[in-house]
Amino acid sequence: MGLLSRKDAKLISDPLADNNPITIQVLGICSALAITAELKASIVMAVSVLFVMGVGNVVISLIRNIIPSKIRIIVQLTVVAALVIIVDQVLKAFAYELSKTLSVFVGLIITNCIIMGRFEAFALGNGLWRSFLDGIGNALGYGVILIIVGFFRELLGAGTLLGYKVLGDPIEKTGVYAFGYENNGFMLLAPMALIVVGIIIWVQRSRNKALIEDE
Amino acid sequence: MGLFDKLHKINDKYKGTKLAPLFNGFHTFLFTPNEVTHGGTHVKAADDLKRTMNTVIMSLVPCLIFGMFNAGYQHYLALGDIEAVEGFFSAAFWSWDNLVMGIIKVLPLVIVSYVVGLAIEFLFAVIKGHEIEEGYLVTGMLVPLIVPVDLPLWMLAVAVAFGVVIGKEVFGGTGMNILNPALTIRAFLFFAYPTWMSGDKVWVHGAVENAQQMAAGKNVDAISGETILGSLAQGHEVHYSVADMFFGFIPGSIGETSTLLIALAALFLIFSKIGSWRIMFSAVVGALVMGLIFNSVVDAGWITEGSKFYTLMSTEFWHHLLIGGFAFGVVFMATDPVTASQTNKGKWIYGFLIGFISILIRVFNPAYPEGVMLAILLMNVFAPTIDHYVVQGNVKKRMKRLKAKTA
Repeated sequence: MGLLSRKDAKLISDPLADNNPITIQVLGICSALAITAELKASIVMAVSVLFVMGVGNVVISLIRNIIPSKIRIIVQLTVVAALVIIVDQVLKAFAYELSKTLSVFVGLIITNCIIMGRFEAFALGNGLWRSFLDGIGNALGYGVILIIVGFFRELLGAGTLLGYKVLGDPIEKTGVYAFGYENNGFMLLAPMALIVVGIIIWVQRSRNKALIEDE
Repeated sequence: MGLFDKLHKINDKYKGTKLAPLFNGFHTFLFTPNEVTHGGTHVKAADDLKRTMNTVIMSLVPCLIFGMFNAGYQHYLALGDIEAVEGFFSAAFWSWDNLVMGIIKVLPLVIVSYVVGLAIEFLFAVIKGHEIEEGYLVTGMLVPLIVPVDLPLWMLAVAVAFGVVIGKEVFGGTGMNILNPALTIRAFLFFAYPTWMSGDKVWVHGAVENAQQMAAGKNVDAISGETILGSLAQGHEVHYSVADMFFGFIPGSIGETSTLLIALAALFLIFSKIGSWRIMFSAVVGALVMGLIFNSVVDAGWITEGSKFYTLMSTEFWHHLLIGGFAFGVVFMATDPVTASQTNKGKWIYGFLIGFISILIRVFNPAYPEGVMLAILLMNVFAPTIDHYVVQGNVKKRMKRLKAKTA
């Protein structure tokens, strides 16, 4: 089992599918609704969270034995806040246009329940390497859903992917628009993101019956 | 063995197979089921879900036929081929030309609505292995009546698929849905394809095409077919008489225009005890109250002509009942027994709030001229809460009485 032991590999693979933070634990829904209207924003968000969670989990795991348990939430918040500011500054430096639209949501990574949840549930009680894997795994699970939702919302809502017109031009009526196709404006509204997430949950649970809760 | 018997026996052949629900569905549609209940309980009423649904469909047929004539009438009127009619029975309205035009435009909408919706119902019945639920019979007829005549068919198909799956099947099918499926479909269309669901072009057949030709530089006369609500929200002059509004010679969604026929259908539904008169009555009262409030605000001089709300606020309070989809929504949508309140007291509150909020949305949000759709969907969500408090209130009252007795 090469790089990772089976137990460690589970830390990455579990959150990707059967213990996905969004579709199974239903955490981090707010950002999944807010920023998935475009695929680009989804990807940036996914990468940002990947960074914050990977590094954050490691930091918390490193200092887990010296954090007084009464103020651990404040310490965790400080760590996340510091990391988020780094992400925000990097975005401002290298992707200014994007950072203008995303800045609000990047700031809100602090309140992303997945991050605090993993700090509390995992990093405080596990070693450095395993915490890192857990952070990466959960961030990937989060990112995958974000990218799937972003893909469908941008494709069906605006007819583009990453800004490229894949379905033709709606104004000059080329591509599928020549046949009378029109963009679905509902896809760009937040309720539709919720419905898309719901459909993903539906598909996932109907494929894996073990995930269905008892009545 | 005659054809009749063959039809009757055909579902025996498929008993126990995967497609059994399909054949049973057709069988009970054509024949009264000859199975009786086993055990102590016996249901004596002859009206099962299918008969109930058929009653509603019967009451919708006049609206549908009128809608067909009106679709043709509005088209030819906008082209200038015919003059505006006066009385309800004028020959210029009930003409063959109008009907043919209407059938060409409306019938495909009805067919698409039924085919897509029923196909999904059958699919779910076969996958889940239960009997076909008849819920779509009424929805399928309602949907074409609440869309504009020029709506592209594929949009309707997408919306129906969405509405039936997300609005109904995910909750567990007919009887379990929280939102009215027909209105879910309309709301989907409204938010997904707003250019085809609102504005001044889509309500009259030919206006969209016409506008495209004009944009392309061809020399054609502009056709405009604004609904009354649309014109009022824009602050335009309305050139329809009250009789036009009442009879339904106005542009609008296919089935919603004729308040007269809707009122007759309402009476029919009330007398056949299918629709709840409490909901209809209290919704009308709610709308009138809100209309009166707005009228008196205008009378008091708090809103002046410069305000963007002025035209809609100063509309005579009872005109609100005649224009837009209010009457249709209240009679056919709000009374949906699945999504409405179940308790009698709850029905009063539910209906009143629908009327009240409809007019509120109409006036304060000109971007959503059809307030009744949103009002009913909103109250659908609140209906279980209303019922809960009505029942709890009753429990409390009885507890008090019990205490007084035992003390």
